[in-house]
Amino acid sequence: MQAYLDHAATTPMRPESLAAMVPYLTEHFGNPSGSHSVARRALVAIDEARDEVARCLGCEPGEVVFTSGGTESDNLAVLGASSPGPGTVLCSAVEHHAVLNACDARGGTTVPVDRSGVIDLDAMGEQLDDRVDLVSVMLVNNEVGTVQPLADVAALVRALAPRARLHTDAVAAVGWMDVAALTTVADLVSVSAHKFGGPKGVGALVVRGGSRLDPVLHGGAQERGRRPGTHDVAGIVGMAAALRVATDARDDTVRRVGTRRDRLAAGLSTSIEDVRETVVHGAAKVASSCHLVVGGVDQEELLVLLDDEGVCASAGAACASGAIEPSHVLLAMGLSPVDAKSAVRFSLGYATTDDEIDHVLSVMPKVVERLRA
Amino acid sequence: MRVLVAMSGGVDSSVAAAVLAEAGHDVVGATLKLWGGASDSGCCSVADVDDARRVAEQLGLDHHVFNFTDAFEDSVVAPYVADHAAGRTPNPCIECNRTIKFGLLLDRAARLGFDALATGHHARLVHIDGAVSLRRGTDPKKDQSYVLSMLNASELAKVVLPVGELTKAAVRARARAIGLRTADKPDSQDVCFIHSARGRRGFLAERMALHGAELVDASSGDVVGTVPAGELVTVGQRRGLGVAVDGHRRYALTVDVRARRITVGTSADAVGGRVVVDRTSWVGPALEPGDRAFAQTSAHGSAAACTWQGDAVVFDEPQPLVAPGQTVALYDAADADAVVGAAVATASEVPIASEGPPEDPSATV
Repeated sequence: MQAYLDHAATTPMRPESLAAMVPYLTEHFGNPSGSHSVARRALVAIDEARDEVARCLGCEPGEVVFTSGGTESDNLAVLGASSPGPGTVLCSAVEHHAVLNACDARGGTTVPVDRSGVIDLDAMGEQLDDRVDLVSVMLVNNEVGTVQPLADVAALVRALAPRARLHTDAVAAVGWMDVAALTTVADLVSVSAHKFGGPKGVGALVVRGGSRLDPVLHGGAQERGRRPGTHDVAGIVGMAAALRVATDARDDTVRRVGTRRDRLAAGLSTSIEDVRETVVHGAAKVASSCHLVVGGVDQEELLVLLDDEGVCASAGAACASGAIEPSHVLLAMGLSPVDAKSAVRFSLGYATTDDEIDHVLSVMPKVVERLRA
Repeated sequence: MRVLVAMSGGVDSSVAAAVLAEAGHDVVGATLKLWGGASDSGCCSVADVDDARRVAEQLGLDHHVFNFTDAFEDSVVAPYVADHAAGRTPNPCIECNRTIKFGLLLDRAARLGFDALATGHHARLVHIDGAVSLRRGTDPKKDQSYVLSMLNASELAKVVLPVGELTKAAVRARARAIGLRTADKPDSQDVCFIHSARGRRGFLAERMALHGAELVDASSGDVVGTVPAGELVTVGQRRGLGVAVDGHRRYALTVDVRARRITVGTSADAVGGRVVVDRTSWVGPALEPGDRAFAQTSAHGSAAACTWQGDAVVFDEPQPLVAPGQTVALYDAADADAVVGAAVATASEVPIASEGPPEDPSATV
């Protein structure tokens, strides 16, 4: 059987999302920037999707900028809300590469994290001053699932860096956290549709009230000039549908998936020696993430044998060649390079079943035993 | 048989995978990421990984990319730099075969449940009565037994070399016949982690100090020139020294990076009869001192008759000097295609003592 436990990489599409998209890939093919009836039909869909996304993310419809996904949203936030120069951009050391590398392109600096991946507020405070244009701290870490204390971050930023705007990459949080409530403290919020049951290649950036944003792409007047380019109508409609379902079903999903995650983590750490959760017990974490260090095992080998058994998991990030690179997140958390190469991520989703968990629990001990032999 | 094929993205390993798959084996491809630096050739460029993956897809094989960059750095690149710093001439491809491909990857293949590891090397493995012998490939121009000569029988027992029986032309013909995208891809030539635009010098200059050295004529003792980096000079080298004496080109005879001195001599000086070696390994039974053999001292050189002395080979006829650090592959005296073992040269003994002044290392620098 197959156990797909890589929902942090991408999720299967929710049926509601796919169904909502199909008309805009077929009869309603119009370009919403036109003026005739076919165009207007597509524009209505964009407007309705914008309303839905705004409702779910807790912002005004005019504050939603549709993008091509999380990477573009993060780049638009970091590059669009900062000017080049030393000390203008600050982000946590465990950000997704979309933020980290955009920050680096601005000559920005990173803030260290603790053993659980939580940002070091004292260290951040020391780096904040009135030169800072933008601070970027993710709501939930995509690799290990740690939740960042965004309200504390925001309070510090407002106090010490009066000019700075706060961006949060909420890509890994949607469907698991109350993003609308938690991100009211942020000026800019990134989300990506395929992480919550929508299609790949579409996302959004929330740009709160009057926040000026320089476009990264130059072109037409779409998205009020903040993001030119013909709208991906079907994608946007699909994202809105998925976001509605994910938001409305959130409490139930978190309860259901959290129970399964706990069973997986407890089962693996009791049935196999020297298996421990990467994020220490008690740290705030999303319900979907089961990130483990499997002592004495190389993650590349573990993933191959799990794949042979039908288990889809992941580790680290892939480089251009497809090889797994040591995780910058784990190294920033202070894991040794050896432990970082022994880590594996199981990420559950709304559709994860008990059978899938049972399958992993049954195959993992023998796989690990073989690799340790 | 379950076989893991090391696929570099070149035509030989592509055809190796195809041959095994056609024979009905359960084949999985793996490409190694060995190098993270700016490199335009070799196994780790993204284009080569793409080629390997696309060939695997075409053949219907699973394909993995394994990251061995840390081990490659420690076992291949760092020793390569250290050898140059000591005035030796390393062979990083042999170190990679020894420690990575037929070391870590072979171990990994076993842990992942594979019965064998296959590569696209042009050499043949012959199994008789439970013993394995390593032989030259069928195509004499492409034979790669030299770069596998340091493997032992227990390693070779878990290895398959599917293209060793084929000429290069036959490999390409086979690739064309099944429409593999790598059919006409040029052979890789250079060290994979050396970028052709910056060269060996540019690479080493970032990792070690390079020092100028004097060129001292072996017969007269005169300083006849200088080179900007003594660490880049190889014993036996003629090109790039920029020195001629009495209209005759000079060859590097010895490299002393500490004294920053390179002795040079004529082509007649640049031969030796005896090569001292260490790091000896054997495919099967070890040679005994006094045993006869053929020795090959470079990847594309020819083998010459010699006598094994236990810590040296003595050639029947004088041979071009062998730079310290180079592998000496030993072939069977009675069966010149069969590898018996390998060793690494530490010194070539040069018959120049009769002429010229006595050497005094403190005299130069």
